[in-house]
Amino acid sequence: MESVIPILEFKKTCVSYTKQTMAVKYVSAAIERNTITAIMGPSGCGKSTLLRAVNLMHSLYQNIRVDGEILLNGENILSMEPIDVRRRVGMVFQRPAPFPTMSIYDNVLSGFSLNGIKLSKAEKDTTVEHCLKSVALWDEVKDVLNKKGTFLSGGQQQRLCIARALAMKPDVLLMDEPTSALDPIATKHIEELLLDLQKEVTILIVTHNMGQAKRISSKSMFMYLGELVEYGDTETMFTNPIDERTKAYLTGKMG
Amino acid sequence: MAALTAVPLLAILGEVLLRGYHQLSWAFFTEPTPTAYKAMKAIEAGEPIPGGIANGIVGTMIMLGMAVIVAVPLGILCGAFLAENSKNRFAQFVSYLTDLLQGTPSVIIGIITYIWVVVPMKGYSAIAGSVALCIMMVPLIVRSTEETLKILPASLKEAGLALGGNKARVMMRVQLPAAFGGIFTGILLAVSRVIGETAPLMFTALGCSLIRFSVDKPISAVPLLIWEFFNDPNLQELIWGASLFLLLFVLALNLTAKYLAKKWNQ
Repeated sequence: MESVIPILEFKKTCVSYTKQTMAVKYVSAAIERNTITAIMGPSGCGKSTLLRAVNLMHSLYQNIRVDGEILLNGENILSMEPIDVRRRVGMVFQRPAPFPTMSIYDNVLSGFSLNGIKLSKAEKDTTVEHCLKSVALWDEVKDVLNKKGTFLSGGQQQRLCIARALAMKPDVLLMDEPTSALDPIATKHIEELLLDLQKEVTILIVTHNMGQAKRISSKSMFMYLGELVEYGDTETMFTNPIDERTKAYLTGKMG
Repeated sequence: MAALTAVPLLAILGEVLLRGYHQLSWAFFTEPTPTAYKAMKAIEAGEPIPGGIANGIVGTMIMLGMAVIVAVPLGILCGAFLAENSKNRFAQFVSYLTDLLQGTPSVIIGIITYIWVVVPMKGYSAIAGSVALCIMMVPLIVRSTEETLKILPASLKEAGLALGGNKARVMMRVQLPAAFGGIFTGILLAVSRVIGETAPLMFTALGCSLIRFSVDKPISAVPLLIWEFFNDPNLQELIWGASLFLLLFVLALNLTAKYLAKKWNQ
C-alpha cells in the first residue's frame, strides 16, 4: 500500500497564551488534499487559535507558544521561516480586509508587491483576470478595477480577499469565519465559490455555523475546551456522532 | 462656560484684525522691511509706511521647508518603530524621551542650537534656524505617527503579513498608506506649532532686513519681524499686519488639518 503524505498534518499541536493555560491541547489530525475541512465548536474552544497556528500568525505576538508539530507536505512549519510558510498558506479573515489605499487591481496583486515580486503588465493583467474570475467577481468589477477595494459591498470585499489569497497559489487556504460578517445571500455566494475552489486548493474553515459546515465540508473537526473531540466525515458526524459532547453541540444542547 | 473659552480667541482675532487689516496690500507681501528712516519719513508725511514683510515670509518658508524635509522622514520612521515595538524596553525609553523633548522650552532648544550649530559654523544662519525648528517638530510627528498607526485595525497588518510580506514592506505599503491622513494632519499641526516660534530663532537665524535665499547667512522670519517692529518706534505700525498674516496662516493650517482628519476618519 502506498502511503500518501497528507497536505497538512497536526501532530500533538499545542498553543498556549500563558504558561498555565493551553488554548489548544495536543491536537492531532491529518487534512486531506483538495477537501474542505470545517472546524466547529463553541466560542473560546480554540478553533481560531488552531487555524492561526498554521500560518504562524502567533509568531507576531510575544508570549504565545506553539508546541508539537504542524506538517505542510511533510515539512514541519514550526521550524520554517514565517514568510515562506505564509506564501504557501493563504488566509481569509472574519472581517473583509481589503487594503483600503489600494485599488481592486492592486489588492489582487498585493501578495506579489508585498513579497517584492515584480510582474510584467501582461502577467499582472492575466493574474488579476484569472483570480477575479475564480472568485466570480470579474464580471462585477471588470470596469472599475481602478476603484478602491473598500468601494465594494461586504460580500464582494470578502471575495476580493479570497482572490488576493489565491493569487499567491497557496497549497492551503485558511478561513476564519469568513461569512460571519456577511448577509445570507453573500454567504451563499461564498459557499458556492468554496465548493468550486476545493479543486484547486485545500480549505480549512473555522465556522460557527453548523449549517454551513454541513453544506460545504466533507470533513469536520469538533473542538471543545482546546481539545479535538472528534474528527471525521461531516456526514457521519452529523448523523452519528461518536462523542457525547459532539452530539450535545450538534443538537443544540451545548454551545 | 464653554463659550468662555472661545472669548480669548475671538478677542485676539478681532483685535489683530481691526488693527492689521488696513496694512495688508500686495506690497506688504512682496517688499522687504523698510528702514527706520524711510518709515519715519512716511510717518512725518502722514503716508502709510512703505515696504512689507516679504523677507520674513521667505525666511520662514525656507527654514520650515528645510526643517520639514528632515523632520518628516525621521519622525515617521521613529513613530513606526515605537508603534511596532510598544512592549520593547528600548522603545519605551525612546517614547519617554520623545515626551520630554516635546516639553522642552523652546528657548532652551534655541540656546542649545546656538552652541551646536551657530558657534561651529561661526555665524547665524537659516540652517541653524531650521535645525532648531526641526528639533521641535520631530517629537510632534513621532507622536502623531505612533498614535495613528496604533489605532489602525490589527487585521490590516495581519492581512499583509498573511500574504507573506515582511514587516518593512507591510509597513511601507499597507500600514503607512492607511495612516497617511492622520500622519499628514500631525505634520500640519507640527508646522503650525513651530511657525510662530520666536525665541529659538533669535539665537539661530538672528534676522535680516533683506529678502534672502541663501541658507548659510542670517535670515528673517515673520515672528522675528514682529519682535523687531515692537522694538522700533517707527515700525510699530507694521506689527499688526505681520501678526494678522501669522495668525491667519496658522488658522488655515489648523482648519486644513481638521478637515483632513475628518475626511480620513470616514
